[in-house]
Amino acid sequence: MTETPKLTFPHPPARPDQSPDFSAIEVPEAGILDVPPLDLTSIDARPYANGMVRVLNDAGEAVGPWADYIADIDAEALLQGLRDMMTMRVIDQRLLNAQRQGKTSFYLQCTGEEAIGCGFQRQLSKGDMNFPTYRQQSLLIAAGYPLEVLMGQVYSNQLDPLEGRQLPVLHSSRDYGYFSISGNLGTQYIQAVGWAMANALSGDGTIAAAWIGDGATASNDFHSALLCASVYQPPVILNIVNNQWAISTYTGVASGMARTYAARARGYGVPALRVDGNDYLAVAAVSRWAVARTRAGHGPVAIEWFTYRVAAHSTSDDPSAYRPKDEALAWPLGDPITRLKDHLVLTGQWSEERHTQAEAQIRDEIIALQRKVEAEGTFVNPKPISPATIFKGVYAEMPPHLRRQRQEMGY
Amino acid sequence: MIEALRDAMDVMLDRDPKVLIFGEDVGYFGGVFRCTAGLQKKYGEERVFDTPINESAIVGMAVGMAAQGMRPCVEVQFADYVFPAYDQITQEAARIRHRSNQMFSCPLVVRMPTGGGIFGGQTHSQSPESLFTHVAGLKVVLPSTPYDAKGLLIAAIEDPDPVIFLEPKRIYNGPFYGNHTGKSVTWASHPGGEVPEGHYSIPIGKADIRREGTAVTVLAYGTMVYVADAAVEQTGIDAEIIDLRSLLPLDVDTIRASVEKTGRCLVVHEATRTSGLGAELIAEVQESCFWHLHAPILRVTGWDAPYPHAAEWDYFPSPARITRALHQVMEA
Ligand SMILES: Cc1ncc(C[n+]2csc(CCOP(=O)(O)OP(=O)(O)O)c2C)c(N)n1
Ligand SMILES: [Mg+2]
Repeated sequence: MTETPKLTFPHPPARPDQSPDFSAIEVPEAGILDVPPLDLTSIDARPYANGMVRVLNDAGEAVGPWADYIADIDAEALLQGLRDMMTMRVIDQRLLNAQRQGKTSFYLQCTGEEAIGCGFQRQLSKGDMNFPTYRQQSLLIAAGYPLEVLMGQVYSNQLDPLEGRQLPVLHSSRDYGYFSISGNLGTQYIQAVGWAMANALSGDGTIAAAWIGDGATASNDFHSALLCASVYQPPVILNIVNNQWAISTYTGVASGMARTYAARARGYGVPALRVDGNDYLAVAAVSRWAVARTRAGHGPVAIEWFTYRVAAHSTSDDPSAYRPKDEALAWPLGDPITRLKDHLVLTGQWSEERHTQAEAQIRDEIIALQRKVEAEGTFVNPKPISPATIFKGVYAEMPPHLRRQRQEMGY
Repeated sequence: MIEALRDAMDVMLDRDPKVLIFGEDVGYFGGVFRCTAGLQKKYGEERVFDTPINESAIVGMAVGMAAQGMRPCVEVQFADYVFPAYDQITQEAARIRHRSNQMFSCPLVVRMPTGGGIFGGQTHSQSPESLFTHVAGLKVVLPSTPYDAKGLLIAAIEDPDPVIFLEPKRIYNGPFYGNHTGKSVTWASHPGGEVPEGHYSIPIGKADIRREGTAVTVLAYGTMVYVADAAVEQTGIDAEIIDLRSLLPLDVDTIRASVEKTGRCLVVHEATRTSGLGAELIAEVQESCFWHLHAPILRVTGWDAPYPHAAEWDYFPSPARITRALHQVMEA
């Protein structure tokens, strides 16, 4: 014990001049946790909040009770999941390049985290609503969102349903269950709780899914959401994507001495599970369970998806200034695409050759589509949207002072 | 300007052991705009550190520390993200001196990048200064040159009361004259880019006359000082441009002397129009210079709409809009 009070300043395991070191991360064996009953209480959720649900083992086999829980997810559905993730990754690469070429102002990838949104979305039903962060574009991919619309938003061109109002990747789609994204962190976590309360009040059978990054769990709204979810028991899934980093800030600055984010949620009386977020099967299994529980009226549930942010925070960021360059390679939970591919190859449902072919095919398709989308305008080659859109939709009905300002602008 | 701000913090960390710097990503990395780069390495983690992403916590901690005599100078990553801290700033920091009858005080600085022009969309572009100038107990500063940025930040850190320190991010790396397709200019080629070494301060509450003239007074601050300058050059009108620098308290004497001389006044700011600082400035000029005025006072501001992404240059007050307003003020 220290004799006088001293402050602590949490440190990441390694900085740029050091070798990556994830030795402090305990990776429980796959398949050791049971599937709990849907009415799991926060008290009984302890092993799930402190442990980690994993289905794929190091050999690529699907093992344990959670594997059995989703045994009916057939090869075709798994291959679809693989294609979703591969599509997501190619889109991220292509749009990153587009930003580098000045064709858009900004981009932000979800590399390494594809399994989470892709696996989760496929367990939702029409009418359910996500309240995503900027790093959950994978939800849209798995929801079958038209890719040209997704790209159009990033180029702020004629295909952008938001008519250039929002920064790239801050999508919005009512039909595809994707609530309008705010750039202000945390705010939407509590809104998802409110949305789910309205679902319960109207009895329409739909649920809400809130999303937040590990860093943003520090925000007041995260705590408000857990509290109100605990108090009112609405049908909401509170997702926490722990990718170890918040821009340059190590996750320990958000977690403090808490063991896991799931454990923190559990402290509010919300049952919580921690899940291997790079394991598509674990994501699918726990998502299915959480959706079933929530829809059946057993109240909220929190899920910490344990993963790693492989890419830079955004195109405005250079992670080599604050973490080892090859840290992603040392990440103990591997790559979600490789792991699902290996599993499918092992079980004879896929092969390396077919995978290579599929990769090339997805790439060609996306490139062709991207050309078409770019023809509708880019930052380099704009087809301008009318500036009058600035005034459209500030209010349902335009008040006189805005009418005057629009005229002053010349429209 | 980034180096000047860093230099100011460096000088103050060195001079006063009670000065502390903290905020999101400001420690090891040195801030997303690099304003605090190297400071943690030089002064250690107890003086310069990273915080959780919670602006209310950042300012709340600063209030507690300041009340005890520390001198926290905290960073909010973008002014658009200050709102969780609005309660701590406006209801707490601003009033602790008064409500405790001076038993406690709150000498803290909240630094934050403000304004648009960087394709940041609605959550990296706002200009919320009037949400702070409306609050008794706060001081609000917004420099437009590296020289002023350093001198004013030092003054802010030394000030006995809470100071909101807004940094116009469009001109972090050089002046901006309103033409985004034009060549970018660095501070090296601008006289205001020259920053003396060591300690100096610029009093809070003093405006600066950037361009002397007799025909019309232009009141501006931050990036708009340069955009207004470009417009004035285009028109050839002999305008006097006043860089307010301090938005609260206002340097009413300098403003009054100028308008008494010119008899005309134009206000330019990026922030939205309705209830913006322009309204206060116009009221002040009207009250103190009414009998000297030859024309109505006009303002060029951001439109009363959320800041757009793609249509940024239709939103950002352009030299063309300012030119038009200048002619209008001159004609009347
Ligand atoms: C209220 C608020 N404060 C600060 C920011 C700036 N900011 C944007 S992303 C980010 C890091 C978020 O990290 P995390 O929540 O872990 O999500 P990740 O980026 O890792 O997906 C910060 C600090 C913001 N957008 N909103
Ligand atoms: Mg994170």
